[in-house]
Amino acid sequence: MLEVIGITQIFGGVTALEDVSFIINKGDITGVIGPNGAGKTTLFNIITGIYRQTLGKVTLEGKDVSGLPPERLARLAMVRTFQNIELFGGMTVFENVMVGMHTKSTSGLLACALKMPWSISEERGIHDGAMKWLEFCGIANLADHAAGSLPFGKGRLLEIARALAIEPRIILMDEPAAGLNSQETVALAQLIKRIRDLDITVVLVEHDMELVMDICDRIIVLNLGKKLAEGTPREIQESSEVIAAYLGDDD
Amino acid sequence: MKRELLLFICFSILIMLAPQIFAGGYLMNVLVFVGINTMLAIALNLLLGYAGQISLGHAGFFGLGAYISGILSTSYSLNPWIAMPVAAIVVGCLAGIIGFPVLKLKGHYLAMATLGLGIIIFIVFNETVELTGGPSGLSSIPNLNIAGISFDSDVKNYYLIWGFTLAVMLFSINLANSRVGRALRAVHDSEVAAQVLGVNSRILKVQIFALSAVISSLAGSLYAHTMTFLSPASFGFNFSIELLTMVVIGGLGSIYGSFLGAALLTLLPEFLRGANDYDIIIYGALLMIMVMFMPGGLVRGIPTLFFKLFKQKGETDNA
Repeated sequence: MLEVIGITQIFGGVTALEDVSFIINKGDITGVIGPNGAGKTTLFNIITGIYRQTLGKVTLEGKDVSGLPPERLARLAMVRTFQNIELFGGMTVFENVMVGMHTKSTSGLLACALKMPWSISEERGIHDGAMKWLEFCGIANLADHAAGSLPFGKGRLLEIARALAIEPRIILMDEPAAGLNSQETVALAQLIKRIRDLDITVVLVEHDMELVMDICDRIIVLNLGKKLAEGTPREIQESSEVIAAYLGDDD
Repeated sequence: MKRELLLFICFSILIMLAPQIFAGGYLMNVLVFVGINTMLAIALNLLLGYAGQISLGHAGFFGLGAYISGILSTSYSLNPWIAMPVAAIVVGCLAGIIGFPVLKLKGHYLAMATLGLGIIIFIVFNETVELTGGPSGLSSIPNLNIAGISFDSDVKNYYLIWGFTLAVMLFSINLANSRVGRALRAVHDSEVAAQVLGVNSRILKVQIFALSAVISSLAGSLYAHTMTFLSPASFGFNFSIELLTMVVIGGLGSIYGSFLGAALLTLLPEFLRGANDYDIIIYGALLMIMVMFMPGGLVRGIPTLFFKLFKQKGETDNA
């Protein structure tokens, strides 16, 4: 599905990532973990076209997508969410998800402003689609609320609903459980599994080990910009290298 | 959506009835300016209030529309109805070409770049004397006419200008409530999130910049054909700032807000004329008070004010 090949990222004199390679399998939930400063978010930013890597490439379903801007990746059905949720605060919850339907509609500026018949029927489709995703994430009752006034946990759900509206084949979530209480985290785990059941490949960067071990099919561990280990949750938990990286080495 | 349309119809009826009350007076002429300024404020609001991109050079686009239309219909005796769209297309293309590099800039840098653009256009109006008449102006621009009826009186001009203004309003309201309008607001709130969802923010910003310039140009052409005289002084930096004030005072991201802002800033100086030399001080003070107490602009401030007054009255009734 998604392949990362020899990614190296150098900021000024600092090497944030060094020759990182891995493959994300279609239909898996893959977790990317690592101590703070391991380069997880940098890696996400490279995969999703926000940064341009120094070396290496990223392929999506066999196609080289390195250096494509985020809006092009969205049209290739790749989407992401952010660690500090990036909502459109001045718009309603419903409108936020409607923006997610952007790539599913084509009416241009003039067609919209002149209310051409096809733009009206398209608008109806956007309404129905947006409502469907709000219901999927369980926040349809908040549709008319201002997105900027949502509590953090609901904002997280809205961001996921909005990302799902582009009908992605792969979704990357940057610390989806950050800032959530334990109840919300359990609900999030359920939601992520339901997303996988829609045949959407899920990749998440996460610090909440319980969540990662619970829902992930595979885990990739980064440390100090390098890939440290890769495997099933059980393999990772038993890996002495990973334990050393997290708890410190005695030697 | 239905409510939106009803509001617009009520608004249009009120606008169309206004001459029955004010006809013949000096105010009629001022109301023509309210219409032109409303168009300009909406144009700038689409850019600033919706897409979140500032321009301090919009008086330049307004002036270009006026001068291109004026020059074509005088020196080249082109029919004004043809001169107007020609001006709009030229200005739209120019804005598109300039917009591509300029809209990569953000915040203060974008403000500086558009400021420079406005100043350059202003200098061109002053210096190309053989074309624009320079500081002494361009005169005897023909009025528009439809089927032999010439728009040469204040009342006729009122209907002409407001016909266009209402069309621009409806156009903009539709746009604001469409996928494009939502994408604009999304870019305003979080450009990176909009991009991740597949919104091509670069193209979108250039498109809206060009549209904004085209509407400003249209307002300029109408200004030229109703005033029949142009001088560069009307299109300077001061006017760009005045437009910005209209948009902010009226309410960012609201089409009716732009009307309120344009109406207030056009009418206020007329009402303050009696205060002689103090008018500019009162004018400034009023604007300051409004920005302090109605940060969301008139369109949001007035309903809140009514609500507060009403609520307070209710409380005293209970006591």
